[in-house]
Amino acid sequence: MTKNNAKAYWKENLRYLFILLSIWFIVSFGAGILLKDTLNHISIGGFKLGFWFAQQGAIYVFVILIFVYVRLMNKLDKKYGFDN
Amino acid sequence: MDTQTLTYIIVGITFALYIGIAVWSRAGSTKEFYVAGGGVSPIANGMATAADWMSAASFISMAGIISFLGYDGSVFLMGWTGGYVLLALLLAPYLRKFGKFTVPDFIGDRYYSNTARSVAVFCALIVSFTYIAGQMRGVGVVFSRFLEVDINTGVVIGMIIVLFYAVLGGMKGITYTQVAQYCVLIFAFLVPAIFISIQMTNNPVPMLGMGDTLADGSGTYMLDKLDGLSEELGFNAYTEGSKSLVDVFAITLALMVGTAGLPHVIVRFFTVKRVRDARKSAGYALLFIAFLYITAPAVASFAKLNLMETVNQTEYKALPKWFNTWEDLGLIAWTDKNQDGKVQYLGPKLDGGSALSSKSPEFTGERGMSGERLISNASDNANELYVDRDIMVLANPEIANLPGWVIALVAAGCLAAALSTAAGLLLVISSSVSHDLIKKMINPNISEKGELVAARLSSVVAVIVAGYFGINPPGFVAAVVALAFGLAASSFFPAIILGIFYKRMNKEGAIAGMIVGTIAMLLYMIKFKLGWFDDVVPDESEWWFGISPEGFGTVAMLLNFIVSIVIMKFTPAPPEDVQDIVENIRIPSGAGEAAAGH
Repeated sequence: MTKNNAKAYWKENLRYLFILLSIWFIVSFGAGILLKDTLNHISIGGFKLGFWFAQQGAIYVFVILIFVYVRLMNKLDKKYGFDN
Repeated sequence: MDTQTLTYIIVGITFALYIGIAVWSRAGSTKEFYVAGGGVSPIANGMATAADWMSAASFISMAGIISFLGYDGSVFLMGWTGGYVLLALLLAPYLRKFGKFTVPDFIGDRYYSNTARSVAVFCALIVSFTYIAGQMRGVGVVFSRFLEVDINTGVVIGMIIVLFYAVLGGMKGITYTQVAQYCVLIFAFLVPAIFISIQMTNNPVPMLGMGDTLADGSGTYMLDKLDGLSEELGFNAYTEGSKSLVDVFAITLALMVGTAGLPHVIVRFFTVKRVRDARKSAGYALLFIAFLYITAPAVASFAKLNLMETVNQTEYKALPKWFNTWEDLGLIAWTDKNQDGKVQYLGPKLDGGSALSSKSPEFTGERGMSGERLISNASDNANELYVDRDIMVLANPEIANLPGWVIALVAAGCLAAALSTAAGLLLVISSSVSHDLIKKMINPNISEKGELVAARLSSVVAVIVAGYFGINPPGFVAAVVALAFGLAASSFFPAIILGIFYKRMNKEGAIAGMIVGTIAMLLYMIKFKLGWFDDVVPDESEWWFGISPEGFGTVAMLLNFIVSIVIMKFTPAPPEDVQDIVENIRIPSGAGEAAAGH
């Protein structure tokens, strides 16, 4: 493993983290808190959308985010040969 | 068979199961005692983490709190799940690669300083003790309610059982009992939820039923009905809430970061084989936790609607039997303030509010005109009904007329939740003492065998201390949860994050940051939650930036980050070999099994 290899790996890792954590922030603090009142004007079934994000939606997205991260990182490990 | 006998049988079977597992998987080495030998599969570790994480509070109190807070209760739902995203993405893989036993291990080595290690041990012990005292109390309460023993006897029974499998089995025993406890608790939570969802909305999936129309054929959405009825009775609409935006934001963030910084959660990721398993088990942990966390808000909304429809303007004598059962236990109280024989349940907008002038009802021992238990501390507003938040989950099966075995199951679920969390915390306490204090600081030459004995002895002492606090709960119990999360957020989280993502971070910065963060958190809590500085708890209008003590962890965490970085700028960079450690933990390959010495 060369030093450059490790550097490139770390850079790609940080890019993934930035994207995934942005989504993490948007669904919880964004949709569930800051934009809740606006989103509450939209209803899906019996749920007001902002309320739904705060009590249900954000949690679904959190679970998906971690499994997406697991997949992305497993691929990244392989690409740089860190998957032993 | 009556419910009482069924409860004894089901609780007895689950206890026999836990103890059987503990005997089968007892620890023979320090490595097995601290990190279960490092070979736990990601799915088993995910379940164990979930059981470790979900305490009596998650199981019993959370749905009840949401029920009364409505939208504002979302802070717990998002806060206690969102933290796992931080854990999975920012902490777990790197700490696993680092490959030691405890959080103070990481802090001590990364910041090449025994001062840093001591500060971390100190924080780990405060966080774990504040948390475990609440758990032991929870065990006692559940025992007393379902097995009809005294609360203190309940605490002692709980102590003996936890002692048995934590001392014998160490992390290995705890991990496999937690897997069993997860299965018991999630089953016990979901079964009544499904029954109630069917009753209320004809929809067997609670999280969908919550957004469905009512079963009465009116075509009205359940949540619309709940909002309407809440406003009619003078409460805020259920889906709107009343906390300020900045406070909701701060509390959610503090809970998320606190979750990611709790030592008993972090240490679970030392138990898997490889870095990729650490990532994966964080995913499974959140998945297993999510089953409860997306069901709880559904249970909360059903229970609230059920309660309001059942009691409001109903004559006391016509109330269902469960009302009297819980009144006899002191968890419901009714005062006929306007002498009409009917229950008025009213919110602040209709001159309602708290039905009591202090926190819990004080019964006089006499009965009133309608046969109700009289209380001496009724408030002078128009609301006549006091309902303890905890009964929302506990009374649900009775309110919905479910069979006795479901009620027995809920009892077993509560106990599983409380015991699994207590055991996990106990392990953190004993490893902090035997590993971080004795092995790493006081007597580095201690033999493997000696360390194992020290670990077992310190867990015995820890159980006794925790049991003492369970029997004599300190006055600050109300502040306990907020304090534990606030401290985890303001002490560990920044130090670990900076340790991984900022190679230049040095010991001076990290230590100063942890100390400032922890002290700020403690002082704010003492001033605004306990009121020790002013003899009274100061009014909400005096909160800094409008942030409650529960949300202050966010501010203290930011303070920690700022202090760390500023101090770091003026002090020398960490030595070369420490910078190499940082380079090394960023790469997932070559993670040996967690080991004591490197």
